[in-house]
Amino acid sequence: MAWMGLFFFLPLLLVFVISFMMRGTYGGVEWVFSLDNYAALLDPLYLRIYLRSILLATATTLLCLILGFPLAYYMARLPAHWQAVWMVLIMIPFWTNFLVRTYAWIFILRSEGLLNTVLMEIGLISQPIEILYTDAAILIGLVYGYLPFMVLPLYAALERLDRSLVEAAADLYATGWSRFRRVILPLAKPGVAAGCLLVFIPSVGAFITPDLLGGARTMMVGNLIQHEFLVVRDWPFGSAVSFVLMAMVMAGLWGYLRWEGRSWLWR
Amino acid sequence: MVKIRFLGVQGVSLGALAFLYLPVAVLIAFSFNDSRLSAVWQGFTIRWYGVMLTDDALLAAIGNSLVVGLCSTVVATILGLLAAVSLERMGSARGRLVETTLVLPLVIPEIMMGVALMLFFVTALVPLGLLTITIGHAVMNVPVVMVIVRARLRKLDPKLEEAARDLGATPWQAFRRVTLPLLVPSIIGAVLMAFTISLDDFIVAFFTAGPGSTTLPLKVYSMVKSGVSPAINALSAVLIVVSMLLIAVSLWFQRKGGVALFRE
Repeated sequence: MAWMGLFFFLPLLLVFVISFMMRGTYGGVEWVFSLDNYAALLDPLYLRIYLRSILLATATTLLCLILGFPLAYYMARLPAHWQAVWMVLIMIPFWTNFLVRTYAWIFILRSEGLLNTVLMEIGLISQPIEILYTDAAILIGLVYGYLPFMVLPLYAALERLDRSLVEAAADLYATGWSRFRRVILPLAKPGVAAGCLLVFIPSVGAFITPDLLGGARTMMVGNLIQHEFLVVRDWPFGSAVSFVLMAMVMAGLWGYLRWEGRSWLWR
Repeated sequence: MVKIRFLGVQGVSLGALAFLYLPVAVLIAFSFNDSRLSAVWQGFTIRWYGVMLTDDALLAAIGNSLVVGLCSTVVATILGLLAAVSLERMGSARGRLVETTLVLPLVIPEIMMGVALMLFFVTALVPLGLLTITIGHAVMNVPVVMVIVRARLRKLDPKLEEAARDLGATPWQAFRRVTLPLLVPSIIGAVLMAFTISLDDFIVAFFTAGPGSTTLPLKVYSMVKSGVSPAINALSAVLIVVSMLLIAVSLWFQRKGGVALFRE
């Protein structure tokens, strides 16, 4: 506890404190209270960066949900032995080097890369499409990176789902869609919420993906933080940027815990 | 009808799995490509692996990564184990609160941790270097170890330790000779996972590294950014295969324990 307090909570507190300080003449921190950093954040330039991060993270979350739900559902219905195998298959790439896995997408997405070559070979396009260094590339990279975050909690929820409930709905003449919407989805809700949260949080603060796959004009909050800390060396402003991100994340987390707590009481 | 729909679901699932593995396969394939530009396939070669092995800066980075990985794993394992065991002994309300706080590092964006640790070390006048990276990784990994060990601890029968106590063992003896041996598989799993996370981490190292403390992912990043040598592909392939193996072994030791990370 003391360890985590010293090296986790204290540093976070420090970010908060420094975000109210001024920048020293040669970088560093001048210990004078000011609200300038937060005022500077209201510049449309920065607001736009936050907005695009939130939009990209939301799109990533939705795509992960659309792709992850059938996958989790499929896994949950497999025989137990195969469930374990799929589980491992999903988890292995998730725990392997994120940087390198993102780098691999450059091969696929660039104009002379695999995707364009294949599409041109089969005659679908005559000219390479520009994907790399656009928002589309960031989106692909984020979905790719965080899909397991969605699948695993969904699977955990769907695995516990009682099949006989779905059968009962079918016996009562519910169509496939209404079985899904009125039986499976409500029961999988905790998994959906957890998965969305687990995808949204790292996506909104992503740095590697937009840095490698995004272009110069496609900054996300993560890039801005890195830029302020390591390039401009304006630590107080960088702290303010980070703290707003942190506040967004904590708000989401708090909402989730509250929601989870309530459904627990209700049960 | 139902069957057809299920096949559709299966198709999506297999597609998703291919989506997860395709880039890795492409990368490994291209690490054997005999071309300087690495864009087009020009025949099979293993020479980039040779180039990789003669790069001194690269070998130094591998050494740094191993040192950081080993040290941070030792610290994280001891602290994570302690946290898991003491949580188990706390009351449920307090335990839940403490647990939620302790797993927080797992859910906040990594970049926050990097930034916070950097500011902390600079303010405390600790020079940035291997030590600060090690501490950073240990902070990241304490909750990982804790969650994995706890998943196993919860499944243990409390009667076992009680029986040991009835037979005259002190609490420490009961823990040392009954509980701890039963936890060993999950501890091995946690150790491997913590080590892999440390070996793979880029963000925290990026912020807490100083001059001369380049770890492997930092080296990979600078090579990707400068994009000069195809040896980067060979290096990436090795890195991916090594971490996949470590994780596979770790999951095998934990059995289903790894899922616990997502049940929280």
